[in-house]
Amino acid sequence: MSAEVDQLDIASVVDKAIGEHGATRDAVVPILSEVNRAFGYIPAQALPEIRRRIHEPEEGVFLADSHLFSVASFYQMFSLRPLGRHVIRFCEDAPCHVMGGRLVIQTLQDELGIKPGETTADEKWSLIMTSCLGICGVGPVFIVDDDVYGNVTPENVHDILARYQ
Amino acid sequence: MAETNFRKAIRWMVLVSNDQASLEHGAEDVFRKFQEEIEACGLSEEVSLTTISDVGSREDLPLVIVYPDAAVYGPVIPEDVHLLVEEHLVKGKIVSRLLAMMHEPSPDVAWLHSRQGSLPAQKRIVLERAGMIDPESLEDYVLNDGYLALGKALTQMKPAEVIAEVDKSGLQGRGGAGFPTGRKWSFVVSAPGDPKYIICNADESEPGTFKDRLILEGDPFSIIEAMTIAGYAVGARESYIYIRGEYPLAYQRLENAIQQAEAHGLLGDHIFGRNFNFHIHLHAGAGAYICGEETALIESIEGKRGMPRARPPYPPTFGLFGKPTVVNNVETLANVPPIIRNGADWYHQFGSPKSVGTKVYTILGNVNFTGLIEVPMGITLREIIDIYGKGMKNGAKLKLVQTGGSSGSIVPASMQDTPMDFESFRRAGASLGSGALLVCDEHTCVVDLAKVLMQFFRFESCGKCTPCRIGTQRSYEIICRISEGKGLLSDLDMLQRLGEYMTEVSNCGLGQTASTATRDILKHFREEVEAHIVAHICPAGVCPVAELSPA
Repeated sequence: MSAEVDQLDIASVVDKAIGEHGATRDAVVPILSEVNRAFGYIPAQALPEIRRRIHEPEEGVFLADSHLFSVASFYQMFSLRPLGRHVIRFCEDAPCHVMGGRLVIQTLQDELGIKPGETTADEKWSLIMTSCLGICGVGPVFIVDDDVYGNVTPENVHDILARYQ
Repeated sequence: MAETNFRKAIRWMVLVSNDQASLEHGAEDVFRKFQEEIEACGLSEEVSLTTISDVGSREDLPLVIVYPDAAVYGPVIPEDVHLLVEEHLVKGKIVSRLLAMMHEPSPDVAWLHSRQGSLPAQKRIVLERAGMIDPESLEDYVLNDGYLALGKALTQMKPAEVIAEVDKSGLQGRGGAGFPTGRKWSFVVSAPGDPKYIICNADESEPGTFKDRLILEGDPFSIIEAMTIAGYAVGARESYIYIRGEYPLAYQRLENAIQQAEAHGLLGDHIFGRNFNFHIHLHAGAGAYICGEETALIESIEGKRGMPRARPPYPPTFGLFGKPTVVNNVETLANVPPIIRNGADWYHQFGSPKSVGTKVYTILGNVNFTGLIEVPMGITLREIIDIYGKGMKNGAKLKLVQTGGSSGSIVPASMQDTPMDFESFRRAGASLGSGALLVCDEHTCVVDLAKVLMQFFRFESCGKCTPCRIGTQRSYEIICRISEGKGLLSDLDMLQRLGEYMTEVSNCGLGQTASTATRDILKHFREEVEAHIVAHICPAGVCPVAELSPA
């Protein structure tokens, strides 16, 4: 993943997001979401770009870059640095834990050789802990990119990972 | 009402799975074949053909689900389609040879499957339509009593009468706190300030809870209608649905529902041709458990970190952008249209006198059957586990149930006959919470469970107030120590005290309830915890207690 993101790309993504959600205070999180979706993370250069485009003078709101950074760093679905080509989100909450999630996350870590929050050296995988995904009926559950896997056992972790290039 | 060409009722609904794995196994061809065959048999008017993406990880994909029989076929190949149409859709016979094994049903499929009479006492108000109609079709919704309530409210009732009816119904908030809905609405009416806002709290992030997701995915129009009624009742013109970012399908369905309602004059300006305007903004969260707390949710909509405000003032007087705001949970809102449609007296026949109506629960954990049920208030845990959970998995013994997600109470097996309504549970010192029922068998270690739960709160604490930020961290460290066999008996007092501090002085519900499970575990399972400390034994054999060196 190239760390360099074109400023023009950022401007056009921010433009599009503002076109869709508006340039008001309540659009801050949706705009950050669009940027995160477009690049896989929120590049640092995106924050001043968003700040320049959002203003609400009558409310007396001054949006500083630091405010945007504080928002971007708060939410779990945002990343402030590039992630691997595939992102695994694993839920470790009680319902999945009771159904055997502990062994699954251990197997995932062993297979990938990384801990939660890390990215593999070849930049193929990132492993991220997430809170409940709301599909607890089939726990333990994890998500690879946009694909949901339920009823996972330590035995079928390897096969699932092998599906990804 | 806008002129829509409502044709005759749909007789069958056919769903073809289209998740990634199904597509790899030819789901597209199966879908196309269904289109051809249905057309060829002249059934296009009576069959609604659509796709379903969330069927879980299975071997027998693609699946084909036929309602109202809730027959699940799989794996289906294009060559099977002719037979299925011929036998099931034309003759009404289930083709048992092609039925899928339902041993590991996904939540969607599981509870839909159960709908056909196998679960006797279920009473559906909130989930009445979910799974029975095409959630993307306004037509289907209207054919099934949709928008009758809004029509009645707008044409026959004054706003105050709507509130009086909801108040009389005894409807209590289903988000966990159980506050009377009618009273909340009337607070907003009398609060000074304009404009007023309605917010639908669809940030369902309590672990183990996915009732709101299924309501939103299965019956999105009902929430749109309910919010519009609420807007009419309290005099709001603008509203938000705050939906968590982890629910993309529910987001799409709501987006579609809002567009369709607007296109038919059921949302927007001059609804039903009257002088009433109401708009809904769909707002996706970005992953934060704390945003389910109503003031954190409001902060998040305002484009800030989702940190709870100091209260009072409460949202009814000082809410979104400082204006009077109603914040209602999805399930609460879903109760509103049936109450308006059928009247408060009708609603009173369900549940118990002090806890009226039904409650949607998710059953999880070590039972044979996990999924979603809607039952009258006042049912007991024993009934739920035996009837709906189909008993404990592998015949194991019930040890405890955690009710209401991670912040919920631990109910030991000995208390499983307590009626589950707001009143009885409060008296028993437990909370009903969000409706998640995590059933744990004898192989569950309470220390390990407490550890996972406290890890969750440590991770999700927003860090604004000290008792919660430090308290969850310290509690977690202590529990870890105990689980490793390195704990001291004095740790238990410390744990207890930390819990009391957090409950008493934390700013919001997260910190106030973070220690609920730990407290209950110390109350009901103290011997087991002490075994870790004194004897270095984990009776359930789960914790990595340090082995005793042979002396």
